[in-house]
Amino acid sequence: MSRSVVAAIDQGTTSTRCLLFDHAGRMVSVAQRQHRQIYPRPGWVEHDAEEIWGLVRELLPQALEDAGLGPEDIAGLGITNQRETTVVWDRDSGRPVAPAVVWQDTRTAGQLDALTDHLDPAELLRRTGLPLSPYPSGPKLRWLLDSDADLRARAERGELLFGTMDTWLVWNLTGGRLHVTDPTNASRTLLMDLETMQWDPELLAALHVPAAMLPEIRPSIGELATTVEPLAGIPISAVLGDQQASLFGQAAFDPGDAKCTFGTGTFLLMNTGPDIVRSGSGLITTVAVSEEGAPPVYALEGSVAVAGALVEWCRTSLSLVRSPAEIETLARTVDDCGGCYVVPAFAGLFAPHWEPSAQGIVVGLTGYTTKGHIARAVLEACAWQAKDVIDAMVADAGVPIASLAVDGGMTANNLLMQTLADVLDVPVIRPMMAESVALGAAYAAGLAVGYWPDRQVLRANWHRAAEWRSQIGPVERERAHALWSAAVRLAIGWGHARLG
Amino acid sequence: MPGRVQSVERAAAILQILAVEQEPVSLAHLAGALDLAKTTVHGLVQTLRDVGFVDQDAESGCYSVGADLLHLGAAPLDRNELRARAINWTDALAGHTHEAALVARYEAGEALVVHHVFRPDASVQSLQTGSARPLHATALGKAILAHDPRAARTINDGALESHTYRTVVDPPRLHRELADVRDTGWAASVEEWRPGLASIAAPVRDRSGYVVAAVGIEGPVDSICDPRQRPRAALAEHVVDAARAVSRELGHGRRG
Repeated sequence: MSRSVVAAIDQGTTSTRCLLFDHAGRMVSVAQRQHRQIYPRPGWVEHDAEEIWGLVRELLPQALEDAGLGPEDIAGLGITNQRETTVVWDRDSGRPVAPAVVWQDTRTAGQLDALTDHLDPAELLRRTGLPLSPYPSGPKLRWLLDSDADLRARAERGELLFGTMDTWLVWNLTGGRLHVTDPTNASRTLLMDLETMQWDPELLAALHVPAAMLPEIRPSIGELATTVEPLAGIPISAVLGDQQASLFGQAAFDPGDAKCTFGTGTFLLMNTGPDIVRSGSGLITTVAVSEEGAPPVYALEGSVAVAGALVEWCRTSLSLVRSPAEIETLARTVDDCGGCYVVPAFAGLFAPHWEPSAQGIVVGLTGYTTKGHIARAVLEACAWQAKDVIDAMVADAGVPIASLAVDGGMTANNLLMQTLADVLDVPVIRPMMAESVALGAAYAAGLAVGYWPDRQVLRANWHRAAEWRSQIGPVERERAHALWSAAVRLAIGWGHARLG
Repeated sequence: MPGRVQSVERAAAILQILAVEQEPVSLAHLAGALDLAKTTVHGLVQTLRDVGFVDQDAESGCYSVGADLLHLGAAPLDRNELRARAINWTDALAGHTHEAALVARYEAGEALVVHHVFRPDASVQSLQTGSARPLHATALGKAILAHDPRAARTINDGALESHTYRTVVDPPRLHRELADVRDTGWAASVEEWRPGLASIAAPVRDRSGYVVAAVGIEGPVDSICDPRQRPRAALAEHVVDAARAVSRELGHGRRG
């Protein structure tokens, strides 16, 4: 049987996975490995890009072996990746010249004005869709080049290449032949013009980024090249940022379709079709997907940096649980949060607050509080943060949501899903493939090579796997929301007080 | 120094003997090895069996070290961890079979549903997670009963409740059926719990091979079974594949 599956490489913040899917969008095989999180200083987060490429070299053959398939069975390969994470490497040796600066890294906070040569933030927002924040890769790249005169000189001589993880992986998969990215990734650099979908020379100048080190922006969906490493002959046919991929994987192809992913962070995206919709509520305007010969599709995005990362912090830093899933077990030892609220503003508060100086707080502690209450407050914080960005999106869209489609690893947490339904007061729906990031990359890759004829077929693959409905009344909801909002104000106030 | 309790010493000696033997050991062999009266050893070993430290083979009556004892030192698998590990494969199981997929594990005399994936159609369904299934009347329950000595003990004492006219309430018949489950690797229930409802399930094993849960499908008899009301072999194959995949996720059969 020839070309029986579609493959996805999902290069995420904490792990890298390779998954194979069949015609019905069912997972056939998955291989996964975590990589190191490097925290050299407070606020800094780094990855080793070579380690990540090493994992991809192992995982692709392993996923095929587990399914009893070979590279000749893969109709198309889609790459999806943590966005904004910045890699710089040597064009000749292929070795990174600095640790990859991860999207969560806040080293550029406080210097953003200078790193953008004091360009008007409103103008930046107009051109790129991005409010000025530490997330985008452009300022991270400039920070790297500014931090080392030798790097700067080599970059100016054209010896260094820049890319987000998609670019780094495609470059390695093709044996260093192809230096490309797609608009969903490029739209997160602060260097791309949302309308032309090309690098903006004025922004490059303002951020002191040599054009020679930038990848070529190619459509998200379309055949790029054939792999050389670690297995030859696999067509690479899609590249999408992870959150745009999950929007695609949820079959959210029409304007108004939205999804919310619960992973390391919480990522709410709404398809706005060919229109560039400007947010009045602090959301990001971004590219949802692009395809050769078709107008680009845009999206509104509200992202919260800390969700799964908060649970992970409870595990690694507090030793409250042995595995992320156990947070639910611990939270279920109590009936409510006992008046305890956690605001996980580890790196400031972003959408919809945009308060970069805010810091995390735990409030409402009494002698009665147990670790169960804190676990419960942690899950509730994830739900409340999602509500805040959903409310902002509803304000922008002008219509209330009827239900919320969710995905991501944390949707296995039934208590979180129930709490989400409680605070939103709309049904929360998990589709049958919680791994919609990988599925979306596979869908895009499969469409590009004709494995699936059209989007309609993919829509038919979408099925409801679970649904949660609110179990609390409006009085309880309003009271809890008021307390959450008060806690957020405290986190913001603390940040201001700290800076004087 | 307080005096030693003789029966505890003897019980420990029994476990030591059973632990070094490759094959299950007869009562006579145990009594001979300890140089004690058979009646004395019988009382001790039966108590050890009742608390789960010793297993007794139903046919030969011979004894071996209980699976519970092997797990005494290991932390039990967290219920929510089990769901997190199973979620992708139960999605795929529901996708392949077009039926609702469930994961259950033994808790307090029942098969507790820890994960539920809706049947992939447009029908209105509600989450079954947190509900319980009777061990002897459902496929999930039987897949657990056939392998988990703690669960099996709960059906040894007391009558088997009849849920429908097809519920197996005769213990010898149930034991024969459980032996079949161990042979084929999967369990089925056709209208034994609820009229019109059938289910197929298979055991999920951890790294050591211990059965920690069951994964299965549940749906209308007409779709789970062929016209002669026998579970469809193709569906059973998907269930067994899913159980194997979840077991692998838990470390079973992994190298290293």
